[in-house]
Amino acid sequence: MALHKVIGVETEFGIVHRGAGESNPVTASSMLINAYLADLEREQRAGPKVGWDFEDESPGNDARGPSGPSAPPEVETHLVNAVLTNGARYYVDHAHPECSTPECADARSVVVYDRAAEAILQRSIVAANRLLPDGQELVVHKNNSDGKGNSYGCHENYLMARSVPFGKIITHATAHFISRQLFTGSGKIGSEAPGLGVREVPYQLTQRADFFEAEVGLETTLKRPIINTRDEPHADAQKYRRLHVIAGDANCSETATFLKVGSTAFVLAMVEDDALPRPFVFRDPVQAMRQVSYDMSLQRPLELVDGPTVTALEVQWELLDRSRKWAEERGLEAVGGDVGIQVLDTWEEILTGLETDPMVLADRLDWVAKYRILSGYRERHGLEWGDHRLDALALQYHDVRPERSLAARAGLRRITNDAEVIRAMTEPPTDTRAYFRGRCLQRWASQVVAANWDSIVFDVGQESLRRVPMMEPLRGTRAHVGTLVDESATPAELLARLGGA
Amino acid sequence: MADQEHKRKAAPARKVEEVTEVPATSETGEKLKADIDDLLDEIDEVLETNAEDFVRSYVQKGGE
Repeated sequence: MALHKVIGVETEFGIVHRGAGESNPVTASSMLINAYLADLEREQRAGPKVGWDFEDESPGNDARGPSGPSAPPEVETHLVNAVLTNGARYYVDHAHPECSTPECADARSVVVYDRAAEAILQRSIVAANRLLPDGQELVVHKNNSDGKGNSYGCHENYLMARSVPFGKIITHATAHFISRQLFTGSGKIGSEAPGLGVREVPYQLTQRADFFEAEVGLETTLKRPIINTRDEPHADAQKYRRLHVIAGDANCSETATFLKVGSTAFVLAMVEDDALPRPFVFRDPVQAMRQVSYDMSLQRPLELVDGPTVTALEVQWELLDRSRKWAEERGLEAVGGDVGIQVLDTWEEILTGLETDPMVLADRLDWVAKYRILSGYRERHGLEWGDHRLDALALQYHDVRPERSLAARAGLRRITNDAEVIRAMTEPPTDTRAYFRGRCLQRWASQVVAANWDSIVFDVGQESLRRVPMMEPLRGTRAHVGTLVDESATPAELLARLGGA
Repeated sequence: MADQEHKRKAAPARKVEEVTEVPATSETGEKLKADIDDLLDEIDEVLETNAEDFVRSYVQKGGE
């Protein structure tokens, strides 16, 4: 039986310190996040900031086993790294501000917390700009590339059963990651792949396809693989793995985010249940990734190892078909119940649109919304692809500031509402362990020494600190610990009651 | 790309009767096209000053 797909998304944002001469992105990112934390503190007088606990971090572990050939990335501990009361992590990663959503129990919840992350960035920008001298400002983009060959990621994480052979995940996830680009793409002018440019590829579906060079691997910054093998479950490693997905774009469209994580949760649940009899094994997955992204006709045949060809749409239709059958037989518990039904319906609606007239999806998919704006502007001003005015529009599509964002003006349909997004900036989801993390921070921030995904450390005034492990992502929910947290007057009482529970 | 343009032009000809059965597609498609002019006007107003210089100098470090 498939495991409940607990999902999280981590987004690295592009950042520029404007008007400051040489912009140092690390300093700018730190400034941005510190300004947010200071702003919160001023508002809430909530006591000291809680730092991230690196004790259990091991991003160098390789899912293929200890002899995995790639070099482990480095963890940067010296930069700002905060845990928020909504259960999210907000930090500087390399040279970008990054926000990781809390663990979410379904695709809709992911969209709410992804939106909340944007709102957190928006407030950070305002707070930081207040502190900067006149003529200077921070500008932040939710995109994945600077158009000059540098890319940064929007990663997804899915809870999976440790018992599933990794090879099986590789086969089916690769086929999905290549073909789902049809709806996950945020659109890009030109190509940043070696030897290609705007002449060869005027416009492509995704920001990221140009940057994948390997099928499977541990890296995220060099020689990026379609399947990332980082094996760091942040949970009971005997039972779980966390599939770390680096193959997607950051989306401004809520529908795109919803379907990206929703469809992937279905595919991974079906892998666990052995419900995908037909594997699509591409002859050259790296090339297929680009072929799909570069093909605006959406009809390009992709070569399979066993002979015939298939299109990305055909792969997606089959995955949707299988998902419907699987849901009928096994139920929707693993993919969020009713939210699972919404995923299936959205999936069908989007594939139908892609098949008949992709332009009707301008209110649901980023690559279409952006293309529509660019084409309209191009026609109005008689511009060629490659004109810097179009590049400027394409960049501004992703501007996080509401007063500048073109995505915010593109007429994209909403799934969330403003009230729940604002609430999600400070309130954790109720249905994962993020609830426990967030509630403890809300109530006892001054006694929480550190927190991370799978534990929280308290200082209750005794000689030693007390660590509470949270190895089960679906425990620590409101149903489990809501009353306990509410009724405990102090962390000491909470710990005593947890110990006795 | 040329195919794409053709498809876009063909879309509004679809029947209005379809709307009751398939509420999303054709009506939305027409409306979106009608809206594009307004949208472009609005975009002109919010475009960054020196947008072209900004995009030329927009360089990020690789991340992840």
